[in-house]
Amino acid sequence: MHQPEPNNWRNYIIVFFVTCVVFLSALWASNYFTNKKIDQLRGVEDKISIDLLSSETQFSLLQEMSCKDISSTILSSELNNLAEKISYSESNIGTENTDVISLKKYYSLLEIKDYLLMKKITERCGDKPIFVLYFYKNNDCSDCTKQGYVLTSLREKYPNLRVYSFDYNLDLSALKAMVSIYKVPDNLPALVINGKVYSGFQSIEEVEKTFPQLKATEKKPAVKTPSKTGLDVLTQVKDLINPPSTNTDVPVAPTVVPTVKN
Amino acid sequence: MDSIYSVIFYVFAFISVYVQMFFLVTFLQKRKQIVYSPDDLKLDNYPTVTIMVPCYNEEKTLEKTIKSLLSLDYPREKLKIFIIDDGSRDNTWNLMQQYNNNPNIRIFHKENGGKHTALNLGLKNLESEFVGCLDADSFVHPQALKRIMKTFESNDKIMAVAPSILVFNPKNIIQTVQRVEYEMANYVKKMLGFIGGIHVTPGPFSIFRKKVFDELGPYRKAHNTEDQEIGLRMQEHWYKIDACPDAYVYTNSPDSIMKLHRQRIRWIYGFIRNLIDYRRLLFKKKYGAVGLLTLPSGIVSIIGVIFLFLTITYNFFKFIIDKIIQLYTVGLNFNHIFSFDWFFFDTKIALFLSIVLYILVIVSVMIGRNMTREKRTFSFTIIYFIIIYAVVAPFWMLIAIYNAIRSKESSWTLEVERRARNN
Repeated sequence: MHQPEPNNWRNYIIVFFVTCVVFLSALWASNYFTNKKIDQLRGVEDKISIDLLSSETQFSLLQEMSCKDISSTILSSELNNLAEKISYSESNIGTENTDVISLKKYYSLLEIKDYLLMKKITERCGDKPIFVLYFYKNNDCSDCTKQGYVLTSLREKYPNLRVYSFDYNLDLSALKAMVSIYKVPDNLPALVINGKVYSGFQSIEEVEKTFPQLKATEKKPAVKTPSKTGLDVLTQVKDLINPPSTNTDVPVAPTVVPTVKN
Repeated sequence: MDSIYSVIFYVFAFISVYVQMFFLVTFLQKRKQIVYSPDDLKLDNYPTVTIMVPCYNEEKTLEKTIKSLLSLDYPREKLKIFIIDDGSRDNTWNLMQQYNNNPNIRIFHKENGGKHTALNLGLKNLESEFVGCLDADSFVHPQALKRIMKTFESNDKIMAVAPSILVFNPKNIIQTVQRVEYEMANYVKKMLGFIGGIHVTPGPFSIFRKKVFDELGPYRKAHNTEDQEIGLRMQEHWYKIDACPDAYVYTNSPDSIMKLHRQRIRWIYGFIRNLIDYRRLLFKKKYGAVGLLTLPSGIVSIIGVIFLFLTITYNFFKFIIDKIIQLYTVGLNFNHIFSFDWFFFDTKIALFLSIVLYILVIVSVMIGRNMTREKRTFSFTIIYFIIIYAVVAPFWMLIAIYNAIRSKESSWTLEVERRARNN
């Protein structure tokens, strides 16, 4: 006597399509913002690339001249900031995403170029900042996370420390060349500090012990310094050679109080 | 692992959006059919109705409940009230004596046996064409019965009508958020009524044609949720259930988180167990919206809420552990400069889907409010509702699932033992 009511299949289908449209819109919105972010990163990378190229050119041009004339626009803080954004993109967009991988490769190349250029400048101008090449991998490496914290903390403490981090497994020939030149083992994390390889986790104390010269450059919180950018490393290098009192033609120098002097 | 997680997430998100959209589309199609009765509503005829009030230790609220029933705008000679004491240990039975001489009221006393036994005692003594139940913690709007009877009058295929349940006078945040939930539920119930998908005829003031019980049998224990069981049993036999949005019933909702917790464990446990008992309805197109929409969406919402909760908990602990590792490795570090950058704002697809879902929830509550003719529109209580339920609901769902599995196991052991004895 009671009959089943016919199902309203039309509604089931209409709602299916409406839901699909909602999903596609969400997908579109997500892609839109992801692409915006990737574009932003690419823009930053291009800017750094131009800055680097400009510094390199300047360096080549002025090779025969004194160190005080080298002004640089390499902003290591910009590189660091970029590193943070790339690692965020890795965890949120995905390590397999081709855009992210290409951004990372570009970034690694910029780091290598910055490293080589800085090495050249410091060699010529006589100062010895500490270069750290840090090799990590994304998976199965709990020590890498810890090492990352150690290096971030060290970098904040010692502005003279220049840290370049590389994904060991990144498929990039320049990176592979570096790995083979320094004979970096696959026991990660691995650090190459001023050309010497240290494999496995290195704590803050260990790094400080191995490089006592770091202490000399420690950033003292009591001294009120103007806001620092990556410029300060270069400025300090230059100030070591040409003290600010004699250096009147470098426009960026007077605003920075060189902490080494205190 | 990540991809499995994503697939699960998207499937659940899709079904959740689908179900909410289904209600919204139904609302847009049928909103003109939602009729509101005028205050001076007249019926073509007034059938006899019995309202059964099962009581167990209800001395505090019983009088108010009965008073509201006696104030119903319905011909006196057509209305009977059965007050059934299910072996109360407090003063309920004495309190009931005052109604002994009221021609509209009959009082019953029995040994404690559970709500369904009290209702069945009432059913045995029934002489009217229609029968309903009102929990002694609830009371009715004077027009509620007439409006429900009007719904029956509009279609003689309707076998039961569920009212709109409202939270009475919410005093604290727990009751306030329940009010929001009930408002949404009233909307969902009416939409399910349109598509034939109501799976529960709630204890407070659902009215049935007497022949429902004549033909399908009395109430069953049904894991202490007899109102869900009878709803499913009716659906199994294609008995039409509708909802009447302007028949208001006010209920005293749990006023503490623990009381709410206990109530919901019972409801969800009952839902799961009744679902298992009536699993033959699932995904069968001959059972219509109950099998295709209501029950599946119930399952999805239980699993979905738990899934979401576990994800948030997992991420929270991951964050804490990460911070602890950082603290151990480098100590406290105040050098870091915190700066806000839009770059780090999450723009994953999950974010946009969550926004859509929350908007749909907010829209549902607002339609619900509109349907029950409340003056209020948007308020922050909707946001509190979303936040509080997201935190507490997973616990009662997990416990209910655990209980459901455990009791299934024990009954299964019993079965095995019995089989062993027979051999």
